[in-house]
Amino acid sequence: MTATNEPMTGMSLPAEPPALDQAAIDEAWRRVRLARHAQRPRTLDLVPRIFDDFCELHGDRAFRDDPALVGGPALLDGRPVMVIGHQKGNDTESNIARNFGSAHPEGFRKAQRLMRLADKLGLPVVTFLDTAGAFPGPAAEERGQAEAIASSIKLMTGLQVPIVVVIVGEGGSGGALAIGVGDRVVALENAVYSVISPEGCAAILWRQPEAAPTAAAAMRMTAADQLELGVVDRIVAEPGDGAHTDHDRTAASIKTALREELERLAGLPTDQLLAARYARLRRTGPYRELGEAPVEPAQLPSLRRRLGRILRLPGVPRRPRWSEIWPSGEAATDDEEGA
Amino acid sequence: MPIKFPFSRRRAGPADAWTKCPSCDQQVFNRQLERNLRVCPTCGHHFRMGIGERIELLCDEGSFVERDAGLTSVDPLQFVDQKPYPERIEAAHAKTGLSEAAVWGIGSVDGHPVALGLFDFRFMGGSMGSVVGEKVARCLETALTERIPAVIVAASGGARMQEGTLSLLQLAKTTAPLVRLDEAGVPFVSILTDPTTGGVLASFASLGDVIVAEPRALIGFAGARVASGTVGEELPEGFQTAEFLLEHGFVDLVVPRAELRATLARILRLLPVAVAGDEGLLDGTARAWGPIGALSGFAERVGGAVSETIGIDAQAGAAAGNGNGSREHLAEPPAEAGERR
Repeated sequence: MTATNEPMTGMSLPAEPPALDQAAIDEAWRRVRLARHAQRPRTLDLVPRIFDDFCELHGDRAFRDDPALVGGPALLDGRPVMVIGHQKGNDTESNIARNFGSAHPEGFRKAQRLMRLADKLGLPVVTFLDTAGAFPGPAAEERGQAEAIASSIKLMTGLQVPIVVVIVGEGGSGGALAIGVGDRVVALENAVYSVISPEGCAAILWRQPEAAPTAAAAMRMTAADQLELGVVDRIVAEPGDGAHTDHDRTAASIKTALREELERLAGLPTDQLLAARYARLRRTGPYRELGEAPVEPAQLPSLRRRLGRILRLPGVPRRPRWSEIWPSGEAATDDEEGA
Repeated sequence: MPIKFPFSRRRAGPADAWTKCPSCDQQVFNRQLERNLRVCPTCGHHFRMGIGERIELLCDEGSFVERDAGLTSVDPLQFVDQKPYPERIEAAHAKTGLSEAAVWGIGSVDGHPVALGLFDFRFMGGSMGSVVGEKVARCLETALTERIPAVIVAASGGARMQEGTLSLLQLAKTTAPLVRLDEAGVPFVSILTDPTTGGVLASFASLGDVIVAEPRALIGFAGARVASGTVGEELPEGFQTAEFLLEHGFVDLVVPRAELRATLARILRLLPVAVAGDEGLLDGTARAWGPIGALSGFAERVGGAVSETIGIDAQAGAAAGNGNGSREHLAEPPAEAGERR
């Protein structure tokens, strides 16, 4: 890695490194525990408090209805919107019924179906994120979990209606992003958003799942950190000691934010809306760009060159092949990182 | 007590001259492995392939030119770890000679120019951070502006944890251009190699117009260990292999490495970039596949493999002509239906 004064492209970097002392770890972990609190308001707790006349629609029209992801049209101040959200339970029984808010592929396909309906009728889309992640079991794999997430993301990047995303609790990885691509991203104060669960991160990087609090701090997954990184646009304050203490006031705060954000987006023509959404995604993630000359393309040497190389004749330059520049080398170990 | 022979066969050559095939346990001579496209000559096991050899496998000789080689990662989270993120990148660079886990450039496959992206699993598990995402996005965007097919050879564990949600959002960054490719009529071929999992599979890699996989490649959303650990279930035989995905309808073709280039060339020939042009859009011939469409595309393709394209188009038109008349009329643009009558 060279030069440090190169012009930066993409987003600006946070100025100061986070001081990863015990206080920072404790604070990050406190937020994770609040985001996972059993009494935290779930999508179906919030929806009736924010919207009028919510009509839940069921099924992906292909396999089954996934109770871990809910959605349907509702009225916000008398105007119809499409509401889609992950749905966790509040106790063991309801959590089992809801699969702990971890959707199968049919859940994401139901979301896609509802988004297409919103697109057809011009309804803005509001999504509520609250999942530890997409379900990783064999049945989900069989039915194409990765494809379901990928096509949801693709659909949202091109949807011709405004999308406002609200991170309510846990924004866990691909299962969250599958309904989390939007024009504006709002997060509750104690919500978290991460590329992998802190337990998973600690297990893969350090092989100790009990280091999850450290991983939570290292990944900077709190709403405040995500605002600083530009992933989240707006934070909604929670009442008292957290959203679990007062569902009504939490819902009222979210409603205010939604009203303002949708108002702001409503005035934009579709092409501008889509261009802004594309630009927002495109500029995500900082990198350094050096004016480095590309590596020369390699050619199989001619007979003259090949002979010249063997006989070591002068004036026969040695041009490396791609496989010599980037050789395959020894087998990679399987424990490399990735989420 | 076992007797140790001081001059056993193992010691005859340098330690790295042989590789043990993980599938059939045979010792394979490394030179032989390279000559055989890193496929075990005994059992056909496909060893992982580096970017360099992959370019030589797929591209016409000397045609590949790398783009955006100067993109390098920064440490946006100042990720705290026993080994800091920049040091991990430096170590991966020293191991592979690559500056990042992906490379992209323009090359040609049997004369078809393509925007080609490639991953190397040895560089931090082929994980996708901001730079890898940027390279994939630029590869797809260039395919769009140059109107050439995009081909991406994936090999990745997923999103790069050290960049947190910024890596997660690369899933959206790499997927967004695909909507534009759809609108512009530019094909995207996704090639999945061992292993392709996590966030890379849950974004562009699963969205190819055609998806090709290498035999027995591990392809899945969650790592197999995660899946069985989370659910505590017995995993089905062949779970998360290329063949498993083929059977379940998420992969189009499983192609041995020796045939990969020919198959890719065939796909590029059969699925050409749609003919562009305002007049085409207006009178409905923009995506015509009959002789008229091919001829109107002629001007754009001068110097390309025109004769092949026309040959295939003519066949397709003849086949449709034998079918139900009304269906034929519906399926064809008006200009062309008139022509055939």
